[in-house]
Amino acid sequence: MTSISEDSDKEKVRSVSVDLNNDASLVIDIPDALCERDKVKFTVHTKTTLSSFQKPEFSVPRQHEEFIWLHDTIVETEEYAGLIIPPAPPKPDFEGPREKMHKLGEGESSMTKEEYAKMKQELEAEYLAVFKKTVQVHEVFLQRLSSHPIFRKDRNFQIFLEYDQDLSVRRKNAKEMFGGFFKNMVKSADEVLISGVKEVDEFFEQEKTFLLDYSSKIKDASAKAEKMTRSHKNVADDYNHISGALNSTAADNNTAFKKTISVCVLQKLEDRVASDQELKLTELLRYYTRDIQAAKDLLYRRARALADNENSNKALDKARLKGKDIAQAEENQKQCLQKFDKLSESGKKELTSFKARRVVAFRKNLIEMTELEIKHAKVRRLKQKCQKSNLKKIDPGPQNQS
Amino acid sequence: MSCMKRLCHETRSHDRLRRTLAVCLRLSRRLLLKMSEERDAAALSGSAQTEGEEDLFVSAMESPEAARLSAEDISPSSNGPKAEPMLLDDDPDDLFAEATEEVSLDSPERQPILSDGPSPVITPVTPVMISSRADVFDRSPDQDEDEEENRDTFDIQISVSDPEKVGDGMNAYMVYKVLTKTSLSIFSRDEVCVKRRFSDFLGLHSKLASKYMHMGYIVPPAPEKSIVGMTKVKVGKEDLSSVEFVEKRRSALERYLLRTVKHPALLKDPDVLQFLESSELPRAVSTQALSGAGILRMVNKAADAVNKMTIKMNESDAWFEEKQQQFENLDVQLRKLHASVESLVCHRKELSVNTASFAKSAAMLGNSEDHTALSRALSQLAEVEEKIDQLHQDQACADFYLISELLGDYVRLITAVKGVFDQRMKTWAKCQDAQVMLQRKREAEAKLQHANKPDKLQQAKDEIREWEGKVQQGERDFEQISKNIRREVGRFEKDRVKDFRVVIIKYLESLVHTQQQMIKYWEAFLPEAKAIA
Repeated sequence: MTSISEDSDKEKVRSVSVDLNNDASLVIDIPDALCERDKVKFTVHTKTTLSSFQKPEFSVPRQHEEFIWLHDTIVETEEYAGLIIPPAPPKPDFEGPREKMHKLGEGESSMTKEEYAKMKQELEAEYLAVFKKTVQVHEVFLQRLSSHPIFRKDRNFQIFLEYDQDLSVRRKNAKEMFGGFFKNMVKSADEVLISGVKEVDEFFEQEKTFLLDYSSKIKDASAKAEKMTRSHKNVADDYNHISGALNSTAADNNTAFKKTISVCVLQKLEDRVASDQELKLTELLRYYTRDIQAAKDLLYRRARALADNENSNKALDKARLKGKDIAQAEENQKQCLQKFDKLSESGKKELTSFKARRVVAFRKNLIEMTELEIKHAKVRRLKQKCQKSNLKKIDPGPQNQS
Repeated sequence: MSCMKRLCHETRSHDRLRRTLAVCLRLSRRLLLKMSEERDAAALSGSAQTEGEEDLFVSAMESPEAARLSAEDISPSSNGPKAEPMLLDDDPDDLFAEATEEVSLDSPERQPILSDGPSPVITPVTPVMISSRADVFDRSPDQDEDEEENRDTFDIQISVSDPEKVGDGMNAYMVYKVLTKTSLSIFSRDEVCVKRRFSDFLGLHSKLASKYMHMGYIVPPAPEKSIVGMTKVKVGKEDLSSVEFVEKRRSALERYLLRTVKHPALLKDPDVLQFLESSELPRAVSTQALSGAGILRMVNKAADAVNKMTIKMNESDAWFEEKQQQFENLDVQLRKLHASVESLVCHRKELSVNTASFAKSAAMLGNSEDHTALSRALSQLAEVEEKIDQLHQDQACADFYLISELLGDYVRLITAVKGVFDQRMKTWAKCQDAQVMLQRKREAEAKLQHANKPDKLQQAKDEIREWEGKVQQGERDFEQISKNIRREVGRFEKDRVKDFRVVIIKYLESLVHTQQQMIKYWEAFLPEAKAIA
């Protein structure tokens, strides 16, 4: 059906969370993406100096489902329990532009040529915006994996980057989806249960309270920011309609009136502001909502390990009392303790670096957003001043009517 | 009314239709008259009975369309010579004449019945502004006068302010202070301040409309009634929407007065002067929502609508046709534009609300953030967003008061302009009808000649002379109204350009100001964001 290529968007959209391509030994980016109907095909491009890869530079096409597969396999890997697993990229959502396209198709006969062209332009701009967003989010996911010392060595990750045939990742069938859902439910119940377990480590105690509080706040802020950007878009749309109406009013009236009226090109600017704001602020908040959730998951896993540890201690004591299965219980306890310690250690590292990363990301985005706002406001001001002086020059004297 | 509509559908010929319509009109008016006799104070003399238009009004249900109204004025003080043209003395069997007569003296669409104010007695004021179509009518004697008037006309400032609520409950109303500052000689003082209520404005408009509309002058329409809005105010709710409503109305009244005095003829009108100067104004009772004029207005409106459908005018002047088409287009476009601007206002208000809620949320996020610099930055962000929210709100106000209201005013003005064109059409119809009458009288006379009845012959001859006079008068009226309309339209176009230009400049200034403030706020925030370590 429609395929909009991204070569117009070859410009590198810098990642939301942080500049992750610092390490030249493994550099990943998504330079290109094709949209066909429902599916988006990303071109994942890798440049590497690592010997574990066959070629120094290569590209593979990947679909969204394959990203999700990668994420899930990593989550299910026991070894990574002590690490914050980068959140999976959300599904590309072309609902908005698609609706508009539909409307455009239906209303084609009833609209004038200019209106049609304008709506088409709007539509394309929206498609582009959604594209940018989804490419960015997928790119960031891969980059986080590549910049993490442990994840980058993951075998599945390497396959994902390298294997140029179809990964034939089948979609989760109903049973698996249901299973996943069930697991989530169990997990949340579990969380409640183990929250009663006493926390030994001060650091983790603090982190837990902080993360819980912060996650709800950031979710709220993210939702409000979304509403705000949507209102902004509505205002931009309105300006669009107004300029259309103004043009048609000016079309068949006397020239003085026409000059007076063909004044507003404010719509485009508002639109740019809205989408930039969205990219910087709203996306930032959205991403970090997900990331905080991942951090919380880490805490959960650790808490689970702690509970297991306690349980295994209790079991060991019981076994000692009863006098049987002591060896097994000891073994169990050792394992649990090991796991717990490992989790605690890596967890601490991860959470500290997470905080640093978060602060840096916020800083970067806030600065960029502010600079953009200032730039746009200045441009708008300039334009409006020009229009004002143009208008003042027009003399509405009687001889001017044509 | 429904029977009239049904009649429309069964048209055989326009004549027949008009006649049946006239019958209905007369009957309904007689009925109303009977009802009004019991009620109204300023009942006219018996001659009012035959003069359909001078009916006084009666309690009636106000139709929803009649809700956007102007008023009746039954003030006994404004009297004048009997407004009726001679047509009325006609043969009462001549439904035809009376029909045209009744119909023509009413202004279309919005205006109700006339006041007892003088109508055709007022001669049109000499043209004051030269329009670009100057070649159409003679310029020279008028030109000097024009320029002088031009200079004077704008030396008047009117402000409507200080709305005060008077009274209580459902009988409460708002009183506005109208302050006039001028150096024009027609005013008795330099500075006059009077208190007026909304129905006074409506009363003024209806008087002006009845006097000038049928001569082709574009009378600026008064602000609309709003039963819902007013009821809220009466009931005493001091909330935001009723405050906004009062402010909206106040500004609309001010614009209305300014437009009215901009019109050179209206400025000199005694009713206008009285409105602006005299401390006591007789109460315009018939503007009340549920009062008098309702049915009559409805009747007239239906009559006008029917007439519009049935009068086929032979347009000899292409200018009129072209202008009418132009105004139709403009009407459609302005309405569309108005709708878009209203939606913009609504969305901007929404944006401001959402920005405010985001600001609060960001503040909370800042509080829970444990990294101090980031926390501070987030709180600052919250403050910036709050200020921006205020900016958005102000901008929304500007959007509204400048652009949206202006567009609304122009939509209503264009309706008035179209009304004036309709008046011309009616005048033409009247002229045509007079000619037909004349023809018939001549035929009757010819017949009588053969039948040889000398006394009736004399009468016939007299009638012929009379009708010849009427035909001439009709033609003169038509000429006059056409001339007036050309001039008025020219003036309207010029004013329109000027109005829009002024408003758009103001709007751009407000936009520029908003951008300045935004730049200031964001620039203040930038170092904070940079300071996050």
